[in-house]
Amino acid sequence: MKIIRLFGRGIRDSFKSVLRNFSLSTAAIACSSITLILVAISLILSYNVKNITKDLEHELTIVAYVKKDTTEEQINELKNILEKMKNIDSYTFKSKDEWKLEMKNSSETLNTTLEYLDENPLLDSFIINVKDVKHLKETSTEILKNDFVSSADYGEGMAENLIAAFEVIEKVTIIIVIALVLVTAFLISNTIRLTIFSRRSEIEIMRLVGASNITIKIPFIFEGLILGFLGSIIPIIVTIYGYVIIYDHFNGHIFTQFIQLVKPFNFILYVSMILVVIGCVIGMFGSYRAVRKYLKI
Amino acid sequence: MNLIEVKNCYKIYNNGVTAVADLNLSIKKGEFVFLIGASGSGKSTLIKMLYREEKPTKGSVIVGGINVAKLRNSKVYKLRRKLGIVFQDFKLLPKLTVYENVAFALESIGMNSKDIRPKVLKALESVGLKEKIRSFPNQLSGGEQQRVCIARAIVNEPKLLICDEPTGNLDPIISKEIVNILDKINQTSETTIIMATHDKEIVNKMKKRVILIENGVLADDSLKGSYKDHENN
Repeated sequence: MKIIRLFGRGIRDSFKSVLRNFSLSTAAIACSSITLILVAISLILSYNVKNITKDLEHELTIVAYVKKDTTEEQINELKNILEKMKNIDSYTFKSKDEWKLEMKNSSETLNTTLEYLDENPLLDSFIINVKDVKHLKETSTEILKNDFVSSADYGEGMAENLIAAFEVIEKVTIIIVIALVLVTAFLISNTIRLTIFSRRSEIEIMRLVGASNITIKIPFIFEGLILGFLGSIIPIIVTIYGYVIIYDHFNGHIFTQFIQLVKPFNFILYVSMILVVIGCVIGMFGSYRAVRKYLKI
Repeated sequence: MNLIEVKNCYKIYNNGVTAVADLNLSIKKGEFVFLIGASGSGKSTLIKMLYREEKPTKGSVIVGGINVAKLRNSKVYKLRRKLGIVFQDFKLLPKLTVYENVAFALESIGMNSKDIRPKVLKALESVGLKEKIRSFPNQLSGGEQQRVCIARAIVNEPKLLICDEPTGNLDPIISKEIVNILDKINQTSETTIIMATHDKEIVNKMKKRVILIENGVLADDSLKGSYKDHENN
């Protein structure tokens, strides 16, 4: 009962303090908002970059050509082998006739050339998607070991370069997000500490009149939470409206049809939740640190 | 019965300065004691030890049965709820009204809001400020601000009132008013009062027990003493 009363009073006092120290509260909220907007932008960019690289990675496939005189039974046997391989996500069988049709449709010269030939010179094949593109080479080598496979092509050289580039991009975006979150944590925590600093006489009087440490801490910690929460509202509005407008403006794609933006829902809701959590946790932590300093006797 | 017992008390600061050395004194319940001494004599350190703002380096300081030297930081509030403190610089919160400043002391210790109002009004009435409950500190004179500080100190009906140079910032007429209020509190509620001061006139007029501290040592302790006596010593 006493604890409930303590928390009830803490929440009530923290709201009163936010209003009573309006200008300082506004400064803390503004600082939190600005830094959280930067965090929101970095989160949106990094997640989109990650999504784009994932899409591009999905385009990296192995084309395994089956030897010329392989029977249908042997092809089925090969299918079974592929299904059992760990790194293979999915595959599609493409017959030599399908290849021929595709090539004829793609170019008039090829069409004419293929018309002159009595026999289809192309091979049946499997187009294979892997689970982890980092092991593209190993998977390709493993497929090639099979007696019915004549070659396994995955764009050697270019694929490795692309994978390395994706890895670098992913790491850089993660570092940027972490750095921005840390900078935000530092700025919000310090701004809230400054608001508490300006009220150190209040803490001093509370101590002198016999308030216990927990009674002193609770309203200030709630105040930090309120400031952090209020500071996250503007960034959330900016995120929701800004991202939806950008998404609609570009029709969900940037530069080419292949580069797709992440769909706004539920993505922006997750980003919003992250912003609220960052604001509240850092606000509380900043307040706690500041009050603790003035409670040391 | 002694409310304050100081035994072989030493306070040596980290920089090596000895503020209090082998101090022994006791103050009975209901007494009014003046603590006098030159600046830097150690009286403020003694006052701070009484409300556990400072911890004795050696010896014991017992206030209302609590040994301050052994009191953990997290339990200091238990001591402070038994006493009231009046400061030279008032320490009022400028954004709170007179009423709110006094109520703040009770709110801070978690008292029920319905019990707060009568206690605050009673405390403000005893210092003659009931008519100014809605005023803010900057709308009050120095004497009035000090009276709010006294009301805040007595609102929880403490056993001991510690006054650290409460008249230091006030003119002689207002100072007398403040001391009269303290005297009235001492006589009506039997609150023990210990008051550090430099004000010779007040000490000489009141004829109360006077404790002289010099270089951190108890130099003189005389009943119905005066500042003049000590000057002659």
